[in-house]
Formats: sequence, structure tokens, C-alpha cells
Amino acid sequence: MNGFRSIVKVVIALVGIWMSARVHADLVIEITQGVRSAIPVAVVPFGNQVGTNLPEDIAQIISENLQRTGDLKPLTRENMLSLPTRGEDVFFRDWNVLGQRYLLVGSVNRDPGSTIYRVRYELFDVQSQKRLIGKEVAGTEGQLRDIAHSISDIVYEMLTGIPGVFATRIAYVTLEGTGTKVQYKLEVADADGRRSRLIFRSSQPIISPAWAPTATKLAYVSFESGRPAIYVQDVETGLRTKVASYPGINSAPNWSPDGTRLAMTLSKDGNPEIYVLDLKTTKLTRLTNHWAIDTEPSWSPDGQTIVFTSDRGGGPQIYRMSAGGGVPQRVTFEGKYNARARYSMDGKAIYFVHQLGSRFSLAKLDLENATTSILTETGMDESPSVAPNGAMVIYATQVRGKGILAVVGVNSGSKFSLPALSGDVREPAWSPYIKR
Amino acid sequence: MRTSAFKMLPLVLATALFAGCSSTDTQPMMDDGMNGGAAGTSETTGLGMGGGLSESELAEQQRLAELKAQEAEAGALREVRTFYFEFDQTVLRPEAQTPLRAHAAFLAANPSAQVVLNGYADERGTKEYNLALGERRAKAVERFLVVNGAGEGQLEVVSFGEEFPVDYGHDEGAWSKNRRVVLEYK
Repeated sequence: MNGFRSIVKVVIALVGIWMSARVHADLVIEITQGVRSAIPVAVVPFGNQVGTNLPEDIAQIISENLQRTGDLKPLTRENMLSLPTRGEDVFFRDWNVLGQRYLLVGSVNRDPGSTIYRVRYELFDVQSQKRLIGKEVAGTEGQLRDIAHSISDIVYEMLTGIPGVFATRIAYVTLEGTGTKVQYKLEVADADGRRSRLIFRSSQPIISPAWAPTATKLAYVSFESGRPAIYVQDVETGLRTKVASYPGINSAPNWSPDGTRLAMTLSKDGNPEIYVLDLKTTKLTRLTNHWAIDTEPSWSPDGQTIVFTSDRGGGPQIYRMSAGGGVPQRVTFEGKYNARARYSMDGKAIYFVHQLGSRFSLAKLDLENATTSILTETGMDESPSVAPNGAMVIYATQVRGKGILAVVGVNSGSKFSLPALSGDVREPAWSPYIKR
Repeated sequence: MRTSAFKMLPLVLATALFAGCSSTDTQPMMDDGMNGGAAGTSETTGLGMGGGLSESELAEQQRLAELKAQEAEAGALREVRTFYFEFDQTVLRPEAQTPLRAHAAFLAANPSAQVVLNGYADERGTKEYNLALGERRAKAVERFLVVNGAGEGQLEVVSFGEEFPVDYGHDEGAWSKNRRVVLEYK
């Protein structure tokens, strides 16, 4: 009986994967490096009071979310001694014996005749037997994953002090085919790689997606006209505007923290220079003036400074200047190739691509004490994008010649990857927090 | 005129072949003795057929033949349309100069001809920097063509950065093929 049920479950799971693969081409998560000091937490399967099978396994989603961070270590279900669904039923000794520090229990209910699900959950400190959180959230069937992500956010912040980013999204570009028969797709998915949606598709390259601070719009570079131009697209309405298509390069868009301006690279005056485009007035301001390549601008979180890549010193290095322009100061000195910097959320460090021997790795430069640390050693790592909580960086890399996305925990060192089911995936951009 | 032109066809062909060989000095074909031999034979035949012509006619033929030969050589040189670069470099290699001069001369002689210079980079490093690198490579080619007689209005530069590699491998063999500028006549 049990065997039959689990077979049915597997079949349902497979059908689910197959359907999502066909419809969405979601990314699949593979944890590649865990952390030894991770906090043990038990996420017990949520009770089902609906009567019919639930479309989403909320506890499973939460468990996978927490595990990915590397900061928490969820207990596998097979090792659980009991499956309580509410605080009254918890037998704390069970969880103590299993070495668990925290326990999350919950259940899903739906009023007769209603389409609204109510998800109730409680978080306990096993040692003190204290209830840390007790809440109920409601939503439609389509919002069950959102509910699972928001519970993950609340639990993660309670246990680590760091706001969760499970309810955020990632934008990325997939590439299928070779030679002249290629298809580029700009997609947006949940931070766990699921529920991907097509934003724009082209037989010509798409690069450099960048989220507006509101997380409602993407700026990106599309070659659909045969040459690079910058577009801004509303991810909800699909409304799309071409914002820069001067002769030459129009690329590397990066939003000002207040969302009113785009820093970008234009070569209309002969060679690549950094410009700022005011999106309201369409006024263009040139910030750099040098015969060298100046590109990959990125605003500091306070909007006062812009870092960019320039080869004015012979090879690509990272420079910093006032967001109004002025004389750039070189900030990277280690190695002969440092490029495409992105600020940390506190503005005190930058993440960038650093060549180390024959490898291209992700590095972090602490701007206050000028120390560089290497974060990844895959070899072809590029396009770092910082999660809005500052705790993780998503980047593009290669595994066996295939382009995949990967995430590294900035402090924990944990790593997980997000390969596409088919083709290459590249150019990740982690969204800011989404206001709901 | 028609007949004489017809008569000297073998000579032209011979010279063209010969020129074709000497121009493609980077290709293994040159080591193939058969081509040189064939050219030599045709030349003798050609001269034999032109035996009844006056000296001035012969000189004229010679001049035309040389012209055609030069054209053929230039044509062969213009078949070279992809130019390669070193990693993170935008300097033209020495071997690019002769074919590029042939393209420049052709563009100077044909003001209506239009060329797109497509610049590319290998996959290493960052996409945006590589986009700039691809443009700078194409601009290096553009400058060389303009200095050698092409009109600026005949040339257009487009960079694709590391997109559209010709070789999808992940080693120097592939990368060296992907760091390129491709000249495309419209």
C-alpha cells in the first residue's frame, strides 16, 4: 500500500517536472557545497486539512529554501520520529534527541466552498520549548509557492538575523542551439529557479539584464536590430521601450538607486564611454572622456559613486568616480584582469571578475581596507549579481562546457547551482525585494 | 580585339593561377608542385598561340595580362575576410595587412561598395568588456582600411562581443578562432 502510494507520488512528481520543463524551462537547483556549521532545523510536513491532495508541498519548499542558504541544515523527513502539525502535538524530546535546534510545524486548511487556502505555522526553539513565531497566511492555489517563500523569509530572518530573499526573483538569459540557428530568451524565475516566465525572445543576442530598484522593470541589451541597443521592459505588463540606440555600442545598463537614471556604455563618440541617461527628461550626460574602453558602470547603493571597468592602464581594471563624473580613481591593483564590478549592499565592498592564472574567478574587494578575497574557483565565472540581503551572489559559470548559474554564500561559502534543463543559462540578475 | 583577348585567355589564366598560388602563401597549396607545373605549361601554350602578333600588340597583351593578374591576385587576397587577434589585444597581426590593403584598394576603386566589419571576442572575461573589445578590433580594421584608401562612409562597425563563436570549444584552439573581425560585403 505504502509502496503503491510512493510510486504514484513519483509519477506525479515526474509528470510535474515534465510539465514544468515543457512550459517554463525552469532551472534546477543542485547544492554543490554545504556548510558544516549550519544550524539544524526540522521542517515537519505540513498537515493537510483540505481533504484533497495539495498542489504544493509547502514544507518541502521551505526546507529546500533554507538548505540552499548554507546557514541552516533541515532534517530529512525519513529521520523524523513524529510528524506534529501544531504546537500542542510537539514532543520536544524527539527533536532534542535528533539534535535539532529549531522546529517548524504547520498545516493547510481551506473553508468549504472557498478557493482560499489558509496556512498556519509555528516555529519553536527546541531547547527552551519556546514558540518563536505563530502565524497564519492566506492565498489562492497559485499563491501557495509565494506563501512558502514568505514563510521561508520570516523563519530565515528569525534564525539568522538576515532577511530572506526567497520571495525575490532572478532574471537570466538562456541560449539554445548553435551557429546561426540560436534562440536567446530573457526569462524571470523565482529565486529557486521555478515558475520561469519568458520576458523576451530573439534569434539575436540578449545580454546584461538589470533590475530597476522597484523590481518591476528590466533594462537589457538586445541585438534584435542587428546591433546592440538598450531596452527597458515592464515585467508585468510587457510594455517595452527602446532607450538607447546610438551608432556603435549601447550597452551595460545599470539603474541608479532611485530608479530615475540609467548608467550605460555608449560608443557613439568613437569609443566606449560611461553615460547617464535621465529616464524622465531623456537627458544624456557623459561621465568619462578617455580613448580607452570604459564600460560596465555600477552605482553605489547611496547613489554617490559609480564604479566601472577601464583598460586605460593597459588591461581591464576597476575604477571609481563620483556619480556626477570627475577624475576616476583606480581601485583594483591585484592581477591583470579585473572587471564588471557590483557593489555589496552596504557599499563597503565590490564583487567582480578576477583573472587568476588561466582562470576567471569571482573576487571581493573590501574598499575600506583594500583586501581582495577569491570567492569562486570554477574557472569561467562571470556576471556577479548581489542578492538584496547582501548575503549571496549569483553568477554565471560553466560546468563541462555548459553555461549554468551558481550562487555563493558571501560569508558561509556555501554554493549551489541552477542549471537549465537544456541549453546554456547566463547573465543572471538578482531582483531587489519585491513589494507586494 | 575580341579575338586577341580570346587568344590571350590561356596566358591570363596561367598568370592568374600563378598569382593565385603566390598570394596564398599561408595555405598548404603552395607546397603542391602540381599547380606550379600546370601554370608553366599553360604559359608556354599561350605564348605559342600569340606567335603571330606584332611586338606592340604583344606588349599591350602583356600589360593587360599583368593587370588581370594583379586583379586576380587582389581578388584572391580579398577572399581573406577573417582577421584574428591575440587575447585582450586589438592590434592587427602582420599577416592581415596584405589582404586588408587589397580590400582597401577595392573599396577605393568601387565607391559604392559597402562593408560591415563584425568584431568578436572569445568567451573569457566579461561580456560587456568583450563587446567593447570586439568593437575596438573592428575599428582597428576600419582605420587600416581608411588609411589605405577606403572611404569612411563605406565602412560600418558592429560588435557582437563573445556571442556567435565559430568554435564552441573551451580551449585556446577555439578561442583563437573566435577572437576575430569578419569583413562582410553588403
